[in-house]
Amino acid sequence: MNDTSTAKTGLQSEAGAAMKQNRTAEGTVGEVYVDDPRMTCRNVDVYYGEKQAIFDVSLDVGKNQVISMIGPSGCGKSTFLRCLNRMNDTIDICRVTGQIKMDGQDIYDGGLDVVPLRASVGMVFQKPNPFPKSIYDNIAYGPRIHGLCDDKQHLDSIVEKSLQRAGLWEEVKDRLDQPGTGLSGGQQQRLCIARAIAVSPEVILMDEPCSALDPIATAKIEELIDELRENFTIAIVTHSMQQAARVSQRTAYFHLGKLIEVGETDQIFTSPRHKLTEDYITGRFG
Amino acid sequence: MHTSTLIILLLGLMSLAYYFGRKRSLSIVGGKIRDLHSLPSYYGLQTAMWCGIPALILLSLWISFEETVVTGIVVESLPQELQSLPPERLDLVLNDVRNLSKGDIVSSTVDQTMQQAADHYSSLMDISHMALFVVALSVAILAGLWARRTITREQRARNRVEKAINFFLLSSSTLAIFTTIGIVLSVLFESMRFFQQIPVTEFLFGLEWSPQTAIRPDQVGSSGVFGSVPLFAGTMLITLIAMIVAVPIGLMSAIYMAEYAGKRFRTLAKPVLEVLAGIPTVVYGFFAALTVAPFFRDMGTNIGLTVSSESALAAGVVMGIMIIPFVSSLSDDVINAVPQAMRDGAYGLGATRSETIRNVIIPAALPGIVGGVLLAVSRAIGETMIVVMAAGLSANLSANPLEAVTTVTVQIVTLLVGDQEFDSAKTLAAFALALVLFVITLALNMIALHIVRKYREQYE
Amino acid sequence: MNNQQQHQKTMERVQQGLDRRYRKERHFRWLGLGAIILGLLFVSFLFITIISNGYTAFQQTYVKLDVFYDPEMIAPIGETDPEVLSRANYGGLIKASMRQMFPEVTNRREKKVLYGLISTGASYELRNAVMSNPALIGSKAEVWVVADDDVDMLIKGHIDLRLPESDRRIKDNQLGWIHLLQEQDRIEKRFNTTFFTAGDSREPELSGIKGAIAGSFFTLLICLTIAFPVGVAAAVYLEEFAPKNRWTDLIEVNINNLAAVPSIVFGLLGLAVFINFFGLPRSVPLVGGLVLALMTLPTIIIASRAALKSVPPSIREAALGIGASPMQTITHHVLPLALPGMLTGTIIGMAQALGETAPLLMIGMVAFIVDVPGSVMDPSAVLPVQIYLWADSPERAFVERTSAAIMVLLAFLISMNLLAVWLRKKFERRW
Ligand SMILES: Nc1ncnc2c1ncn2[C@@H]1O[C@H](COP(=O)(O)OP(=O)(O)OP(=O)(O)O)[C@@H](O)[C@H]1O
Ligand SMILES: [Mg+2]
Repeated sequence: MNDTSTAKTGLQSEAGAAMKQNRTAEGTVGEVYVDDPRMTCRNVDVYYGEKQAIFDVSLDVGKNQVISMIGPSGCGKSTFLRCLNRMNDTIDICRVTGQIKMDGQDIYDGGLDVVPLRASVGMVFQKPNPFPKSIYDNIAYGPRIHGLCDDKQHLDSIVEKSLQRAGLWEEVKDRLDQPGTGLSGGQQQRLCIARAIAVSPEVILMDEPCSALDPIATAKIEELIDELRENFTIAIVTHSMQQAARVSQRTAYFHLGKLIEVGETDQIFTSPRHKLTEDYITGRFG
Repeated sequence: MHTSTLIILLLGLMSLAYYFGRKRSLSIVGGKIRDLHSLPSYYGLQTAMWCGIPALILLSLWISFEETVVTGIVVESLPQELQSLPPERLDLVLNDVRNLSKGDIVSSTVDQTMQQAADHYSSLMDISHMALFVVALSVAILAGLWARRTITREQRARNRVEKAINFFLLSSSTLAIFTTIGIVLSVLFESMRFFQQIPVTEFLFGLEWSPQTAIRPDQVGSSGVFGSVPLFAGTMLITLIAMIVAVPIGLMSAIYMAEYAGKRFRTLAKPVLEVLAGIPTVVYGFFAALTVAPFFRDMGTNIGLTVSSESALAAGVVMGIMIIPFVSSLSDDVINAVPQAMRDGAYGLGATRSETIRNVIIPAALPGIVGGVLLAVSRAIGETMIVVMAAGLSANLSANPLEAVTTVTVQIVTLLVGDQEFDSAKTLAAFALALVLFVITLALNMIALHIVRKYREQYE
Repeated sequence: MNNQQQHQKTMERVQQGLDRRYRKERHFRWLGLGAIILGLLFVSFLFITIISNGYTAFQQTYVKLDVFYDPEMIAPIGETDPEVLSRANYGGLIKASMRQMFPEVTNRREKKVLYGLISTGASYELRNAVMSNPALIGSKAEVWVVADDDVDMLIKGHIDLRLPESDRRIKDNQLGWIHLLQEQDRIEKRFNTTFFTAGDSREPELSGIKGAIAGSFFTLLICLTIAFPVGVAAAVYLEEFAPKNRWTDLIEVNINNLAAVPSIVFGLLGLAVFINFFGLPRSVPLVGGLVLALMTLPTIIIASRAALKSVPPSIREAALGIGASPMQTITHHVLPLALPGMLTGTIIGMAQALGETAPLLMIGMVAFIVDVPGSVMDPSAVLPVQIYLWADSPERAFVERTSAAIMVLLAFLISMNLLAVWLRKKFERRW
């Protein structure tokens, strides 16, 4: 509490008071809110059965921005990320309270449908998980189930475009009918990204997309994320601070289920305001 | 009773031997256990083993061959004209002799020679029993005494006992191999004899099955036709019906259990379904014959169809019910083996549950499911009681499920139950059928287990 | 195209397809639920059929007769020689009593039908009564005797009286007599003790399952004494001692395949090896138990290996670390921990053996055997085979007895399975 209040005063002294006050939240240092948000989270708590994994997190995800989430293992990054497209629904014991809105619509509203939600908030997982089908069918799966294509030609073009955007087209265009599981790890992960963008979502969630990859494949994916930013809003969880620094505009630091600090990436990495953030970034723990 | 008394006596002797062996080892070192190579109980065990095992081996060998040897001696003493009878007839005579000696035949007119033979037989048996008693007990006592005498303080009793136990463990594990060899040999030998009488090609490709051979050569009637195609066709028909019932129901219930059902529902419904697996097949057979077959027949009559009261449909449906839990528990295993990441991938794209199941989980689990279904098929092919009780005996070559067909297992049972001469083509045919049955189910199992193992490795 | 518009278009399409997709989803879900419900229905239907057919077998119709223990027909008063008493004509006493009740029946054919109302077993009851108490001779007594199975069926309502007389097992004149008896309160249903104390019989009302239960007991006894030690030993060897080589691989493959060999093939093995080669007698529990032991061995081995696998290596290391020999480690530490799992597997194997029929048919356990077996070398039936034999009998009364025998068999099986579940629950350990 002490830390926070000092930080707040620091903030106030920096710029015009009233407006900036609005941009902060209880318990979190930095600018929680943005002017043009795609998703807004307010006072989110997440429980696994009795155990609480996320404590009162409020955070905005800005349009066409990359926001990265960092923090020590087990601090709830994946849990929070999975709240954003209600992937937590697949875990029986998981319970989410608070408010998460996308374009002004509450996604945990009882009447809201997860199917279109997940069509607009895609997800890429830590471990590449292509379906045991051909490369083509992997990409075509989303458009097919959502009925996005009118004919084979249209579907072909969607597949091609998605693969191109994911930077995989050149490598696989001659073997679209081979199983997706036969690709290398990096290729598989790009396949999963292509699969996610094939349904043209607005937001893409990425949970440690590069943790299973070598540096070259990682570099390719980072490049890709940078390109995708033009069209998509991206939230990425990562353990690599360099990666966060390279790809994201904003960075959020989680600790033991709490959102400790959030702000412009440059600012977080150069002059963190919270002690915990600083410790983590300078490698004192985590 | 006689043998069990002997076994109990031997067990008693073994405990005595244990006691004395242990005591002896202690007295050698004057109670200072540390001077012994092994703990005293090992010396006891060693003595007990020496006392019991040779005697028990002797006992089982004796019992195994007693009958054969005694019969041989009795045959020697039979009059010449009886001895020179063909083997089947001689067997019958000997059977009578045995029954006579047990007093099972209460016929007033017993042949003089037969009665003599019977008396001879029973006196020999008595002698043999007595001899066994004496020999087995003396072997046990002598071996036990000897083992006790040889105990010294350096003797490595523990190692010896462990070696013996190890040998027992090893031979137990090879029993499975011997069982297989036993099955193969016993079925193969009799089949060879069958194929000396009936050509293999006729058996495998013949379209007619009517195994009633004439009992006397001069008797009119068929000489037996052994074309097994109708049997296999019938087996396949019933198996197919069973699979049509079992696979969708078993698979769908496994899917529902794994993907939809809440914990409460699962813990309640699963054991109830598994009850189906524990019900003996003879109960299903009774159920089929008593309830299901008449039900189908009446239903057929109502809509103007003639359904045989031993229709393949009834047997197949009941067999299907029996196999449901088999299919569902195997599918449950493979569905649960599909990694969560695969599900997440589909849900993350906005697929509904059923889309995830149909497009991702089932394709991913397919090899495992196929393996499970193959195992179920092999189970259905080898199933006996349901078809014996609910399917027919007439070997119709028909694909109509409303007619009565017969199966391989039904024929094996009919050919072998009741009086039989061991050399007729009729009896031997059962072994030939069993050989084919064994080969088919073995092949199915091998393939299925291979597929399932490959599937497991894929997701390990 | 701008991604924003692209996305807009996408969402429209998604919304359009939603109804259809959710309908499919519901249908699929119903399909799954339907499959389970169908399965549950089968279970309940099976049980309802068996129970509704079988529960009546636990009762048996008795008829009250006024019996005069006529010294002329048995033996002079005071006679105690069992030899004489046992040879007397007790059937005659019953006939006399029946004639006395229905004096109007004179025609020989009719008389025979009249006597048929009473079971042939009734004369044995009288004989037993007299032999245990010779003082009865010369006295009069009211005796409840077992009715014939057709009467029993009529009283239990299993005979359709709307059928024409010629299609019925009970004719009109018999109906009349039975009504008379009922009016005089001479007909009563009582608990059917015969069912639990007698062996098989051609007469349904005299048949029981004691012989079959004893046969099953001896068979399982043999099966257990062989399969359990051998199965556990094999599992211990394969799991703890076996080197990883082709030989052990072969054994493994073998065990897995044996587990799926049709049971009838084991019967043929028993026939060829135990009966034809070793010359053991047919129809005896010894051979049955041997065959079933070979059959259940894979089940026990597989379960025991799983139980051994679940004992954590740290326990073995701890024991070996303080200088125990591998054999001591196993016998002192691993086996006791794995034992509940092994027992569970064994009980399940025994339940399987108890319900098994086909292989026993092959080794001749289908003979009609009246006596209750006293040892593993006496010819006997077993419970499932008894069910098979009765199911084949044409008499209506055997249908209910078959169902009742099934109920007894299922009761045994269910209690064995419950025992296994209980064992597993009680000793379940998470390492
Ligand atoms: N399915 C679950 N059931 C119960 N608890 C869970 C579950 N998933 C996560 N948790 C708990 O929630 C907390 C946060 O987990 P989460 O996976 O979100 O961490 P994380 O920040 O993603 O860690 P990592 O960097 O290792 O991926 C942890 O304490 C974890 O134990
Ligand atoms: Mg994580």
